Amino acid sequence: MTQIAIRVENLGKRYRIGATPTRQQYNTLRESISQAGLSALRAVASPISRIRAASKEGSAGMFIPRREQPTIWALRDISFEVPQGQVLGIIGRNGAGKSTLLKILSRVTEPTEGYAEVHGRVGSLLEVGTGFHPELTGRENTYLNGAILGMKRSEIDKKFDEIVAFSEVEKFIDTPVKRYSSGMYLRLAFAVAAHLEPEILVVDEVLAVGDAEFQRKCLGKMSDVAETGRTVLFVSHNMSAIMRLTQEALVLDKGQLALRAPTNQAVDYYLSAGFTQSGRHAWNPEEIPASAAPFRPVEIRMVNEQGRVVDSIRSTQTCFVEIEYQLSAPITGLRIGLYLLTGRGEPVFTAFDTDSPELYHAHSIRPAGAYVSRCQLPSDLLNEGRYLLGVNASTYGMQRYFHDEQALSFNVDASGAPGTQWAEVRMGPIRPRLSWEIQPRGKLSPEFQHSEQILPLEGRNG
Amino acid sequence: MFSGTNPTNQPSLNQPAPSKIAAAEEVFYMRPSKGWANLNLFELWRYRELIYFLTWRDLKVRYKQTILGALWAVLQPVLTMVVFTIFFGRLAKVPSDNIPYPIFSYTALLPWGLFTKAIGDAGRSLVSNRAMITKIYFPRLAIPLASVLSGVVDFAIAFSVLLVMIFYYNNLPGGEYQVALTARIWTLPLFLLLALVTALGAGLWLSALNVNYRDINHILPFITQFWLFITPIVYPTSMVPERWQLIYALNPMAGVVEGFRWALLNSNAAPSYMLGVSAAIALALLVSGLFYFRRMERTFADTV
Repeated sequence: MTQIAIRVENLGKRYRIGATPTRQQYNTLRESISQAGLSALRAVASPISRIRAASKEGSAGMFIPRREQPTIWALRDISFEVPQGQVLGIIGRNGAGKSTLLKILSRVTEPTEGYAEVHGRVGSLLEVGTGFHPELTGRENTYLNGAILGMKRSEIDKKFDEIVAFSEVEKFIDTPVKRYSSGMYLRLAFAVAAHLEPEILVVDEVLAVGDAEFQRKCLGKMSDVAETGRTVLFVSHNMSAIMRLTQEALVLDKGQLALRAPTNQAVDYYLSAGFTQSGRHAWNPEEIPASAAPFRPVEIRMVNEQGRVVDSIRSTQTCFVEIEYQLSAPITGLRIGLYLLTGRGEPVFTAFDTDSPELYHAHSIRPAGAYVSRCQLPSDLLNEGRYLLGVNASTYGMQRYFHDEQALSFNVDASGAPGTQWAEVRMGPIRPRLSWEIQPRGKLSPEFQHSEQILPLEGRNG
Repeated sequence: MFSGTNPTNQPSLNQPAPSKIAAAEEVFYMRPSKGWANLNLFELWRYRELIYFLTWRDLKVRYKQTILGALWAVLQPVLTMVVFTIFFGRLAKVPSDNIPYPIFSYTALLPWGLFTKAIGDAGRSLVSNRAMITKIYFPRLAIPLASVLSGVVDFAIAFSVLLVMIFYYNNLPGGEYQVALTARIWTLPLFLLLALVTALGAGLWLSALNVNYRDINHILPFITQFWLFITPIVYPTSMVPERWQLIYALNPMAGVVEGFRWALLNSNAAPSYMLGVSAAIALALLVSGLFYFRRMERTFADTV
């Protein structure tokens, strides 16, 4: 009989989406006062106030009564249970509600409806280093951050050496963290969070930053936590990490629980059925964060040589990826990036639309307007299977306007590709048409003739 | 497409079904809260170490990378006292109940400095700690509380200067003004507490309002300035006409300042029923602030 660690029933969270990039995210007193005044007026003389409200809305477009503001259910009708000691994966596209779910479970925000029940202390690695103060030293921040995460002082005292050793910043522990490199900062922050010993650990994607060595360490630490019988919720876009660490996973889609299944099945579902198989993906307003402005992604599509949008491409044919977007203001040094990943989330290549020096110089400033960046995928490039395309719009070293790690998925069909006379699965994501030569070199060498006779006995030991 | 791994997944709307749990374990429930939340001060007590660390952080950070460091805690009230003495004491000849003007105003500036610093810091505290609020759970009350408490250390430093001033006046050759510290000084912590209660009450209101209405950032300096004039800092309460005294006492800081002068300088304005009025107002401010804060708290992470 297993004990329940987390029970979630009909959980829902609604957000108001009054905030557009141009409008302030918070209310001002004036709005609330004028709103209160207006509703009072409305009660007394409804015809007049209606005209007023209408004219005001029409003219400035910034007066929207609270009740009429558009809302969005970030999460709706979610029900599941997690037995103690399970490592449960949570997968879903951007805006599917993963972060909202984790925020509710770690009590950062309240649900709008339904309820959740959590047995034991929840430690969240929603964002490592929260509460770190740049002016304080590594030692001071360790204590402060530990306290914020809910550790007792005595607990931190006990684990301090272990934390410092894990973070590998011994030498700089009494230096203000503002002088740390971003790697050191991250290592210390993760070390503190990782040494918290909650009954339930909630881990979000953010851990995937840092160098490969650090990531390996983080994942190792997580496996350790899982092995001690604690419950872990693991959110990631990295399908191989999800498959390595979890046996079961939830798939969230548009705020709903689409599937709960053994991880293999969940990943397959997510990669195939979870996506629209139309060969194109148009971004909804709720998938575009306010911080993307002035960049606005419109659509990404896979197009064949004939100009038709396709979901499946032939390995032997050339095809194009088109990214359509708009700029409401010029951006200097903008580059549109394309990330090709295998269905398991392993990267195949990264490319930017201004990779070539000519385009780089010709488009150093991209004026406001509508654009399509088109990338040609040459023939004989990819092996058969399912692939994912990620999109990113950024300026080098400055700002990332928008990213969608999994904007589009497509199939590659290998018929006609090299080696298809054998019906076997080939390893590796690429299937190039390599040129081979087979050259006859005259007679058989004498030793070989000889060895053939004694091969059964000594040939293998030799 | 729903997999059958969860056979007990029956919606049972509001009533949580009893789960199989170990007895000693903590269970947290997350559900939409309705109406006025309960204060749950017990939880705040459990997080007392966090309050300590946040206070300690505020102190540490305040004077990092400054040349004068903690000396600023002394310089601010001392310089204000000098300016007040020149303009109000010498030029405007404001009466000071026969107490030398510098010591008269400095005694008032001590709790006043604590109060303005506390409401300013607390009022902005939630917004400046938004990264923590949107990522991690802890009782939000800890943040404005730590802001108020960190001011007490500055107060203590500035207080030592008052003792130096008393020593100076008592040993002034031919000085007619003498301060004899009496048993009244033991009531000082009560007046300090009254100042803290008032500051926390106002700070809670302002910080919670600031989450939704950033107007508070603009209002704060104005509030402090306005409040300075309705508090007997540059002038004695005796200047206020008798019939206005009761209304005047509605400002708890008036009671605090009068109390400080009475306890330290033996001024003849003994605490009367007016102190009771001040205390009642301060308490009302604190309790209403606590409830308002708890009520607004549930949307902090979404709106801050």
